[in-house]
Amino acid sequence: MQKIIKISIPIILIFIIVVLFIGLNKDTNYNTNSLIGKKISKINLKHYNENKFYKVDDLKKNKYTLINFWASWCAPCRAEHSLLIELSKEKNLKLLGVNFKDKKRQADVFLNELGNPYDFLTKDKMGKNAVNLGVYGIPESILVDKNLTILKKFVGPLSSKDFNSIIEIIN
Amino acid sequence: MLSNLGNLLLFLNIFLSAAIIFSALKYLKISGNLIPKIIYQISTFQSTSIIICFFTLVGAFIISDFTLITVYQNSHTLKPTFYKIAGTWGNHEGSLLLWVIILIIFSFLFLVFTRKHPKEFRLVTIVIQNILIVGFLFFILFNSNPFSALSPTPSEGLGLNPILQDPALAIHPPLLYVGFVGSSIYFSAAMASLITNYSQTSFVSSIKNWVLISWCFQSLGILVGSIWAYYELGWGGFWFWDPVENASLLPWFAMTALFHSLIVFEKRGLFYFWVITLCLLTFILSVTGTFLVRSGILNSVHTFASDPARGIYILLFLTLMIFSSIFLLFKNYKKENYNLNPNSKETFILINNWFMMFYLITVFLGTIYPIFTDVLTENKISVGPPFYNMVIIPIVVIFLLVMAIGPKVKWIKERFTNLKNYLFILMGSTLINLLIIFLFKSYSILSNLIIISALFLIISSLIDAIKSYRSSKIDFSRIISHCSFGFLILFIGLNNNFSIEKDYNIKLGETKNFNNYSIKLQNLVLEDFSNYKAVIGELVINNKNTNQKNILRPEIRIYNNPQTLTYEAAIKSNVIKDYYLTMSNIDRSEYYNIKFQKKPLMIWIWISVVMIVFGGFLRLFQNAKNN
Amino acid sequence: MKFKLLLMILIFNFSLLHGAEKVVDQNTIHKNLRCLICQGQSIADSNSDFAQTIKLVVKDLIEDGRSEDEIYSFMADKYGEWIVFKPQLNKHNFMLWFLPYLALILGGIIIFLILKKRRNL
Repeated sequence: MQKIIKISIPIILIFIIVVLFIGLNKDTNYNTNSLIGKKISKINLKHYNENKFYKVDDLKKNKYTLINFWASWCAPCRAEHSLLIELSKEKNLKLLGVNFKDKKRQADVFLNELGNPYDFLTKDKMGKNAVNLGVYGIPESILVDKNLTILKKFVGPLSSKDFNSIIEIIN
Repeated sequence: MLSNLGNLLLFLNIFLSAAIIFSALKYLKISGNLIPKIIYQISTFQSTSIIICFFTLVGAFIISDFTLITVYQNSHTLKPTFYKIAGTWGNHEGSLLLWVIILIIFSFLFLVFTRKHPKEFRLVTIVIQNILIVGFLFFILFNSNPFSALSPTPSEGLGLNPILQDPALAIHPPLLYVGFVGSSIYFSAAMASLITNYSQTSFVSSIKNWVLISWCFQSLGILVGSIWAYYELGWGGFWFWDPVENASLLPWFAMTALFHSLIVFEKRGLFYFWVITLCLLTFILSVTGTFLVRSGILNSVHTFASDPARGIYILLFLTLMIFSSIFLLFKNYKKENYNLNPNSKETFILINNWFMMFYLITVFLGTIYPIFTDVLTENKISVGPPFYNMVIIPIVVIFLLVMAIGPKVKWIKERFTNLKNYLFILMGSTLINLLIIFLFKSYSILSNLIIISALFLIISSLIDAIKSYRSSKIDFSRIISHCSFGFLILFIGLNNNFSIEKDYNIKLGETKNFNNYSIKLQNLVLEDFSNYKAVIGELVINNKNTNQKNILRPEIRIYNNPQTLTYEAAIKSNVIKDYYLTMSNIDRSEYYNIKFQKKPLMIWIWISVVMIVFGGFLRLFQNAKNN
Repeated sequence: MKFKLLLMILIFNFSLLHGAEKVVDQNTIHKNLRCLICQGQSIADSNSDFAQTIKLVVKDLIEDGRSEDEIYSFMADKYGEWIVFKPQLNKHNFMLWFLPYLALILGGIIIFLILKKRRNL
C-alpha cells in the first residue's frame, strides 16, 4: 500500500509539472478558431438599402463567400479595405458586407471614399447578427464555402498573409 | 548611482547567504549546543543590508529616478508620494524584493526566537531558509532586477495605473507576503526537523506561533484585497474566484488545517507527519501561486505582465522544492499508532483537515484545469464562480455544523449527553430562518441550508461563550473566530439572496422604475482635475416606500498619463446596506449604461473577517503570555 | 418529543420554498458569460461594446422562451466553451466536476481507516 503511494504521488506531480511547463508556451489569448468546420445555420441580414433580407439560401448560390463585418467608425476597417477591393475582383469569391452598428450617412461616406467591394451589402444595426456568426471584434471576416462550412475566421483587419491564404483556398 | 548601490547590495546578500550556509554547516560538525556569535552577526548584517537595499528602491521611486527600468515603467513624477512608495512593491520586480526581505527577516527572527532549541535543528533550518533566499536572489539578479538601469535616462515615467493608486491596494502585498512568504520559515523548519530527526514535540512548539502569525496576516491580506476589489473595481463583488485570488486562498486552507492539527499534536502527540506535510505544503502552494500569477500561464483580471522565462525559472525552483520535500518525507516517514475514538475532538479536527483539503483540491483544480484542457485537448474552457460555488457551498453547510460541534467535544472520548441541546439549537436556527423568510422573501434550498447551519454555528458559539464565562474556563480566541466565521457565512448568504442588481441604458432626464425604487439620471457634470477629467453622473435613487432619496455620483474618469478610462463606483454605505452604482458611456450614443446594486450587510462581511483574525491574534497573545 | 417538534419545523421551513421558483434571470446569465475581449470579466461586469451586444441577444433569447441552459449552449455553440464560466458537463470537463468529490470520498476513507485502527488494538 505504501509502495503504491510512494510511486503514484511523484508520477502525478511530474505529470502536473510537465503540463504546466508546456502550458507556459501557450497563448492565453482566446480565438474562436474552434468554429472552423462548423456550418452557418441561420442568418437574417437586412439589406443595406432595400427593405429585403439576405438569408442562408442566398449564400448557397455562391461558390465561396467572404462575410466581412465593418463600420465607418472603425479605423482598422479602413486599413483592410483596399485588400477587400482586390478580393472583389476574384471570380470564385463573392463578398458579403455587413455594416455593423453604424449610421447610414457615415457608412455611405466611407464607401464613397474608399470604394464598395461588396457584391451584397447588408447592415446589422444592433449587432445581434454578428453574435449569430460568432463575431466579437470589428473588423472580422469569415470565409465560407457553398455548403456554408466556415473555412477560416479572420479577427481584426485582413493582412496580406490572410489575403494570400484566401486566394489559395478559392482557387 | 542608486542602480549600482542596489545591485551591489543584492550581490552582497548572495554572498552573505552563502556565508551563512557555509558557516552553519561548519558549526554543525563542531560539538556544543551554542550557535556562535558569528552567525548572528552575519544574519544581522544580512537583514540590515537587504533593508537598505529595499529602501534604496523606495528612495528611487520617491525621487523618481528613471534610470531604473522598474521606476520608469511603474512611476511618474505627478504621482502622490504615498503611491510612489507603494509603487515600489506594486510591480513584479519590486514585489520580489519584498519576498526576499521577508525571507531574510524571518530567518533572522527565527534565529533569535528559538534560543531554547538545540543548535542542530536551528542551523539546518537557517541553511534551508538561506537556500531559498539564494534561489530568489539569483532569480532577481538574472531575470527580474528592480535595479536594472536604462540609458539614456527618460525624463518621465510611464505612470502607474490609476486603479492601482489606492490605500487598500498599497498595504495588500505587505500583509499578504508576511502571510504566505512567512510560511517559508516553517517549511525550512519542517525540512530541518526531518533531516535532524528532531523531537516532534519540540518541533511543533517551535513553529506554533509562526503558523499563527502567517495565518493572521494572510487572512488580513485577503480581506484587504477583497475590500479593494469591492471599492475600486466597480463590479460590486469582492470575490471572483479569479486565479490570482485563488493563489492567495490555497496557502490559507493549508495554514488553517495546519494550526488545527498543531492543537491535536500538542494534546495527543498525533499526526506529526501530517503536520510536517502541511508545513511543506503551505510554502509550496505559495510558490505555486506565485508561479501561476507571474508566468502568464493564466488569463486573469489582475496578472502582472508576463514573461515565460520567469515561469520556467519559478517552475524549476518549485520542482526542486517539491521533490526534495517528498524525498525527505518518504525517507523519514515512520508509522504512527493512532488511538483515536470517533467521538473525540481529535476526530473532529481531523474532519476539519479533511474539509480543508477538499476546498484546497477544488480551488486548485478549478484554477489549473483550463491549462490542462488547453495542453491536452487544444480546447480552451473557462472555470468561474458557478463551478466553485456549486461544488463548495453544499459542503460548507456540513462544515459549519462540524465547526459548531467539534470544539465542544472532549479530547479522547466524548459521551454524547447533550444531543438534545444540539436539537434545540437546530430548532432555533430553523425558526430564525423562517422568520427571515416570512419578513422578507424566500430563497433556494441551498441558501436555506447554509443560513440554518451558519445560525447553528453562531448560536452554539454564543451559548458556549456564556457557559465558558460562567465556568471561567474561557477560550475566547476560538469562540470569537468560529462565531465570526458563522457570521461571515450568514452575512454572505443574506447579502447574496437579498441583493438587487439592475442594469439599464438611460439618458439624461430619464427615470427607470423597478420594485419600489426609481432611478433618475438628473444631471451630468464635467469636471477637470490635476491628472484626469471626469464625467460625473448625478443619479437620484428614490425608495418609494420610505420616500427616502439618495443621490449617488458615479464617475467616468479619463486619465491622460497613461491614457486610461476608469469607472469610479458611487457607494453609499450604512449598517443595513450599501447602494452601489456605476456608470459607463455607450459608444456613439447619448445613452449611458448604469448598473445599480443594493447590497445588504456589506459592512458586516468585512467586520466578520476582521473578527476572525482578531481571534487569531488573541490566541497569539495568549501563547506569548503563557511562555 | 423534541425531535418530532424539530422535524415539523424543518418540514415547514422547506415547504415554503415554492416562493423561490426557477425563473430565467437575466443577471445570472450575464454573470455566467465571459466577455471575450476583456481580461476575465463577465458580461455583467464589462462595459465593453461586445458585452452590450451580448446583453441584447440574451434578452431576445429569454423573450423567445429559451431556458438558461439553452442560452449557454447557444453561446458556447457560437463562441466556444470559453464564453461560459460554468464548465459544461462533457467528456473533457467531467474530471473537473468529478475529482473534488473523489478527493472528498478518499479523505473520508482515510479517516475511516485511521479510526478503524484503534479497534484493532
